[in-house]
Parts: sequence; C-alpha cells; structure tokens
Amino acid sequence: MELVAVFPEPPPPDLARTLDLAGYRWKAVASAEEAARNEPAAGWAGAVVCCDQDPDGAWAFCRALRKRDTPVSPVLVLVSGGQLGDLELRDELFDDFCLTPFHPSEVEARLRHLFFRGGTEQRPEMVEYSGLALNLETYQASIEGRPLDLTYMEYELLKFLAQNPGKVFTREMLLSRVWGYEYYGGARTVDVHIRRLRAKLGEEHANLIQTVRSVGYRFGQSRWGN
Amino acid sequence: MLDQQRDYVLRTVEERGVRLIRLWFTDVLGNLKSFAISPAELENALEDGMTFDGSSIDGFSRIQEADVLAMPDPNTFEVLPWGDPKAVEARVFCDIHNLDGTPFEGDPRQVLRRNLRAARDQGFTFYVAPDIEFFYFAPPERGAAPQPLDEGGFFDLTTTDVSGTLRKETIRTLETMSIPVEYSFHEDSPSQHEIDLRHTDALSMADSIMTFRLVVKEVAAKQGVHATFMPKPLEGLQGSGMHLHLSLFDGEQNAFHAGDDGYSLSPVAKQFMAGLLRHAAEITAITNQTVNSYKRLVPGFEAPVHISWARNNRSGLIRVPIPKRGNPSATRIEYRSPDPATNPYLAFSVLLAAGLKGVAEGYELPPEADANLFEMDDAALTKLGIDTLPQSLSDSLRVMERSTLVREALGEHIFEWFLRNKRTEWREYKTHVSQFELNRYLRAL
Repeated sequence: MELVAVFPEPPPPDLARTLDLAGYRWKAVASAEEAARNEPAAGWAGAVVCCDQDPDGAWAFCRALRKRDTPVSPVLVLVSGGQLGDLELRDELFDDFCLTPFHPSEVEARLRHLFFRGGTEQRPEMVEYSGLALNLETYQASIEGRPLDLTYMEYELLKFLAQNPGKVFTREMLLSRVWGYEYYGGARTVDVHIRRLRAKLGEEHANLIQTVRSVGYRFGQSRWGN
Repeated sequence: MLDQQRDYVLRTVEERGVRLIRLWFTDVLGNLKSFAISPAELENALEDGMTFDGSSIDGFSRIQEADVLAMPDPNTFEVLPWGDPKAVEARVFCDIHNLDGTPFEGDPRQVLRRNLRAARDQGFTFYVAPDIEFFYFAPPERGAAPQPLDEGGFFDLTTTDVSGTLRKETIRTLETMSIPVEYSFHEDSPSQHEIDLRHTDALSMADSIMTFRLVVKEVAAKQGVHATFMPKPLEGLQGSGMHLHLSLFDGEQNAFHAGDDGYSLSPVAKQFMAGLLRHAAEITAITNQTVNSYKRLVPGFEAPVHISWARNNRSGLIRVPIPKRGNPSATRIEYRSPDPATNPYLAFSVLLAAGLKGVAEGYELPPEADANLFEMDDAALTKLGIDTLPQSLSDSLRVMERSTLVREALGEHIFEWFLRNKRTEWREYKTHVSQFELNRYLRAL
C-alpha cells in the first residue's frame, strides 16, 4: 500500500502510534506544498488530517488536496466536539470524520472502511442550474450554451454558489470557503467578484445571484420559493 | 492556490482553443506593453517566467543588465472578447522580476504591490473607484484642430448619437472583461464622455484602468473614431479628469467611516486626507504627468486648483461625497486632480503613501473650505492657509524632486528615471514657439 499523508507535522503522538499499529505507511507533512513535494510517484493513498491544533491550516490543507487535478481521497478528518460546526458546508473536503479525543480502534475501523470503498465513488462532473452549466472537469462554464469566460476566482466563486443553490452565504463564509484563509484581501473582494459575475452572466441571468439584504448572497431561488 | 490557478489557465487555453496569449505589462509612463506567446510556451511561462530585453521599454533600462523576467499573474488571465472567434486570444498581466527572481524596481506594478503590502502590514486594504473622462474625435491629422463627433451637452440624448453607441459597446466589452461599470454619461464638452468604474482593490483597479484605456480606443478605432485620454484637448472647454474615489478597509469594515461626527469620517479618514493635502504638491507630477495636464488645472472649470477639501465644493482638491444613509461601506473621499493620462500604478502608490503618512504621523486635518475658492483673491486664500497645486510640469517636478515621500514610494530607480524623462519633456516644450505667441507678438512687437 502507498503512503498516507498525515497533517500536521509532527502529528499527535497517539495518532502516530495508532497508524503504526494498524500497519499504515504514512508521512507527516506541515503544509500542502510539503505534501506536493513529498508525494509518492503513484500519488498519496489518502490523508488523515487532525484539525484540533490549527483548524485553519488543516482546512486549507484539505482544500489543497481536493482542488488538484486528481483529488486526494479518502480524507479522514479528526475534529473536537466543539469543531463539529466547522464540518458544515465543507462536505467536499473530507470523506469521513472522527471525534477527538479518539479511540484508536475507531480510527482504525474508519480508515479500513474508507480504503475499502476507495475509488468506487463517482463525483458529479457537471453542475447545472437554469441555463448555467459548469464542467468541473474542464473548468468551462457556459450560459444558454454560450461560453462564459471567467477568471479563476470568478469560476471558483460561481462553482461554490451553484453547488449550493438556495443557501444564503455571508461574505465571511464565501471568503473563507472560496478564497481560503490564506487570502489577505478584505471581504469587499467578495462584492467585487459578485458584481463581475453578474456583469458576465448578462442582464438576463444576473439575478441568478441574489443579494440578501444585510446578510450576503444566495444563488438561485430560496428554498422557501421567493 | 497558485498551482490550481495555473492549472485553470492551462485547461482554459486548451478548452477554448486559445491561439495566442498576450503578456501585458506597463512602462514607467503608463503605456501598456505587450508581447505574445503561443499556448505551447504558456506552461513554461507560468512556471519560470519569460525573459525579455527590457532596454527598449521606457524606464526599464539599466546600466549593466538589460534582461528582465515577465511573470504572468494567473489571476488576471482573461480571454479577449474581440478578434476572430476561431482564433481566440487571451491576455495576462505580468509582474516584472530581475533574473534572480527579486522584484524589478522599474516595474510600476511591483511598485504598487510594495506599497499595498505596506498598507496591509498596517491592517488596511486600499480601494479605488475612478471616474474616467475622455473624448471621441475624428481621426486626428497632424497640426489640425481636434474634431468632435457631436456638439452635445451634459446628458445629451440624441437617437443618432454615434458616440453613445460607441459608449454602449465599450461598456459591454468592459463588463465581459471583469470591469463592471457604475455609471456612464455624456459630459459637458462636445464628444466628451465619462465612465465610472465600480470600486475594487487598488491593484485590480490599476490593471482595469490599463485595460479600460485599451478597450475604449479599440472599440472606437473599429468605427474609425479616435478616442483620447489627453487631459485638455480643447482650449476653453472642460478637460478630461480622472477623479479617484478612495477608501481604506480594515477587514469588512470601512476604516474611513465613523457614525458620530457630522461628516461620518473616522480619525483615520481625516488623517489620510490631511496626508494627501500636505503632500499634494509633491505627488502632482505623478498624478498629472504631462505638459498638457496643467492646462486642465486652471480656474473656471471643474478641475481643482487649490489644495483644500470640502463636502460639496467641486473647486477643492478633495471632496467628501455624502454616503447614502445606512451604507457606511460607501464612505470615501474623492481626490480630484488626477487625469486619465497618469500611470495608475504609480498614482495609486503615491496617493496611498501620502495618505498613510498622515495616518502614521497623526496629521491634523485643516478646516473645510466650502466657499467658492475661484472667487477669492490670493490674499484671502493666504489668510485661510490655502495653497495652490503646482502650476506647470516644471513646478511640480521641482517639488517632487525634494520629496522623500515620493522617492520612497516610487523607489530610487523610477524616481530618478521619471524626473530625468519629464525634465526632457519640459525642456522640449519650453523651446516651442506657440500659436499664442505668434498671434500676440508677431505684429505688435
């Protein structure tokens, strides 16, 4: 079996021990860059990410693993009870989670199950909503069949919104989910990109992205149908 | 993040069948420069940059080393909306580096990046929204007077308005290039137009202004019309300005906003304004960089002459627009002297440096000057402590030369080169014998 990436470096001693005893070959890495540098030729077999030391760093790490051409999978995240809320809207970043402090046999059982399933699951490649189509494989967007030329961040923002239609997001949420914590610019950046997207969608489709007064933005119709 | 951006760019080139990628950058005078590469070279360019000889670029020349490195900024990759749809072209802005990878001092984009980093270290992001004015003329002939396309006035509405159609097409093109437009209208002078852009962070806006000037000219040229950003093309009529709406944000908060005083201005805003006012003369050579710029900065038009501020006085240098109630994030100040012929990267750099100097040193804002300053005589102005902006390129160069603030904001390389280049421009102008002189003196003397 190939190497499993473990975050952070060094990992909590009990995690290291659990992985060793369960017979996994693993390497701890401190960042996504380090993971890329140390990646085995056949790619990482999966990743175990411990969120309780540095949650921002851990989620950034997961995001980096998932945004590659061939996303790393499976990813098991370890979170504390107080961090359960962080899992919401991050479903695409991990395959399973386990509460800390963890029971070694639970981590082992979950990993075994994840690796058993590995590769059988297919992620949807197209996101479609009322004339808008995003091909996640090729990064191409189109509206009513005509290509929509977007910059990278515009594409990422539209993809995130279109994958979560009907939900309201604050600027802060969009900034952290789409740009990531590593982004320095202000939250106004979100407004700037929303305005650009609306302009590119054209008058007819600009209302796909709705402003929700004093809250943030919503893509498509609300779940309550207004 | 960078890897995914590169990946996105490469895939888009493939999927959209892009045939040519234009690498864009800006010389010291603010001219857009470009060279093109094929898709095959792009991956390499994104990774390692493209080496080119900088000695042919204004302000890039150095004594020993001529080669520099253009590093594409993948976040600015954009498919160009004009040209042959079967042979799509794209552009990407570049940062210029030395061959050892350090930022090249002669690159205005790097200069702005450095100044924005300094602001960020103090917790601020700098936002800018420009109101850009320009003229449409018939294609110019050397020596002939510019020929306006129409004789329309402010908000003129005529159905057969060629320039109105041009403006609409321009806006459409801008919006497909990630440059949203806030307002647009026909200005005071014949054939003069204004397009106001929606605020963005300063680096994106400087890029947008470079794109804007190209788009306006391209769209016009296609209809056989010449668009110009010359500050004062028509004697006796309004010139073209580029008022800049400025604000600082601290995270999601507008750092210029405070609820409690009558102006809704925070101490940071007042100190920033004080910084701009105190250093206004020093930075004018950058914000108004041509001989012609100073023919716009004269009394009697909408351009400012005096170094003053007010809420609603268009004769002052800084105006404080009243933000709509309940929208604190719209709090901003409007700096009114710049013209659209400036280099936006350098202009934003010196404006930010002057403002932040005021914040760092806690400058005190002078009182508001709400009277019409054009109607006051010099004695009255002196009594109020109100100075005027430099009256000519030569005057402003002389003030800039002594400015540590501008030297530091621009860096030694650009500071020296700019002064040298602009003194030459002034010398050439000074030796020119104008029509004014011939009319006035030839017969009389």
